[in-house]
Amino acid sequence: MNKKMLSGLGLLMSAGVYAGTAAALEGDPEQGKQVSATCVACHQADGMGKNNPKAESWPRLAGLPEAYIARQLHDFKSGERKNASMTAFASMLDEQKIADVSAYYAGLEDWPELPTAYHAADPDDAAEWLADRGDWENDKFIPACSQCHGPNGQGVGASFPPLAGQHEAYLKAQLENWRNGKRHNDPNELMAGVANRLDEDQIDMIAEYYATLPERLEARGTQQEEDGQ
Amino acid sequence: MSLHTSHLPKAGTLISALGVSALTFSLAAMAQDDGVERDYQVQLPEPPDGEVTFTPPEESALGDKQYDEMVRLGRDLFVNTQALRGENVFNEQNCSNCHLDAGRLAHSAPMWAAYGVYPAYRGKNDKVNTLSDRIQGCFTYSMNGKPPEKGSEPLVAIQTYMHWMATKAPNNTSLPGRSYPSLEEAAQEPDRERGAEVYANECAVCHGDNGAGQFVGDRTVFPPLWGDGAYNWGAGMHRINTAANFIKANMPLSKPYSLSDQEAWDVAAFVNSHERPQDPRLRNVESVDKAQELFHQHNGVYGQEVDGKRLGDHADYGENPGPNDS
Repeated sequence: MNKKMLSGLGLLMSAGVYAGTAAALEGDPEQGKQVSATCVACHQADGMGKNNPKAESWPRLAGLPEAYIARQLHDFKSGERKNASMTAFASMLDEQKIADVSAYYAGLEDWPELPTAYHAADPDDAAEWLADRGDWENDKFIPACSQCHGPNGQGVGASFPPLAGQHEAYLKAQLENWRNGKRHNDPNELMAGVANRLDEDQIDMIAEYYATLPERLEARGTQQEEDGQ
Repeated sequence: MSLHTSHLPKAGTLISALGVSALTFSLAAMAQDDGVERDYQVQLPEPPDGEVTFTPPEESALGDKQYDEMVRLGRDLFVNTQALRGENVFNEQNCSNCHLDAGRLAHSAPMWAAYGVYPAYRGKNDKVNTLSDRIQGCFTYSMNGKPPEKGSEPLVAIQTYMHWMATKAPNNTSLPGRSYPSLEEAAQEPDRERGAEVYANECAVCHGDNGAGQFVGDRTVFPPLWGDGAYNWGAGMHRINTAANFIKANMPLSKPYSLSDQEAWDVAAFVNSHERPQDPRLRNVESVDKAQELFHQHNGVYGQEVDGKRLGDHADYGENPGPNDS
């Protein structure tokens, strides 16, 4: 119990630090729904976004942490995060509207809750190994994705967004953007540093791994039930 | 080389930095042999400089013999030590929090380098200490726990994992990459106020402003650095030099060697000037004064006053119920 309280406090604090002034305003999801009228063309009415392998992909917003969404909108608006269409849309939003639309999408649907129990990474599964063990040797110093994004990449607090269930092409594009310097709004350049040390194959592999992880975990769970485990 | 004493001058400078009257170190010479555990972590001679040439074997090479299965169990306990929560572990830590890449990473106190330096003679208790003793010490202090018994499955598993990682490593040899690299003495006295700034900028995003870490379900993602979930006042990491060395070479995660030496010293002083579970050796001595005198003549601030409160002046052993009421 104590642990949960402490952990909640930790989340609040990091949200406070990284969402900056946005945390001061309380978002109203009802108002946010109206603001979202400008978002649905790409992010879809259900906030699930769309994977567009040949063009720009639209990330899933439904269930992302409120403070994370608010931070991104602020960064689009200020130019800290660059994207032609998002800069235009975010510039139309004042502080209150950012708070409202962030609250709306955060509450639209829960991000899938995935198992947290320890599962030993399979050394013959390169993607799972990278996700759960990282790639340290030869001075690569790449931590496991789960060391910041949590077990099964389901996100930790407001600063480490969920990866599992996000669209493959979007994940790949972000990793590439960090690598080529187009995206640099990560706290303390933590993601940029890691992305810079990932190679092309690892980026392709890990984007596909996390995009498809929820369905694979579900299949694994069903299999275990059938096996009576 | 005598590392037992080489770090002591730093302790002196730190104490004065914290505004506490300087202690003399004549107390350190008073170590007696009355059977009380003194300082479980003998600081072994520094590893040699030079390129790290040893590489532990790959897990994909493991087969399905009983030995291999024991290696896997040891690996599981090493990265998910919380499996022993409530039995041997009474805080939120996992071995792999301080020994990165599941104990494989050079300069992160890798297990392949530790394996071959035990048994080691320790002048302080005039005893040859085995690897089992050393691992048990980790459970008692770093995990604020109760050590698994010698010969028990958890201890055998962890030792087997270490043995496997040290495959083809020279025996009884201190290898480059062992332990954490020692920083030079700080240019300025380590200062917890400067350290607080480093912490807020570099560490809080993961470990939280209150040092309580972050969790998903029951899993520790970012370990607590102080409070009940952290290592206790007897753990090696509560020493400011040990923490500074670890931080410099390993933190922030994915950005090794990004902090200046001074920042590493300062932030270590900040983190280790917070309360944490009591030193379990206090159970066997009459007072915090005595515990400080016997066990804390090194680079830490146990027993010293910080912000008007004496650190360690409490009977909070965290979740550890103690030897008598379990």
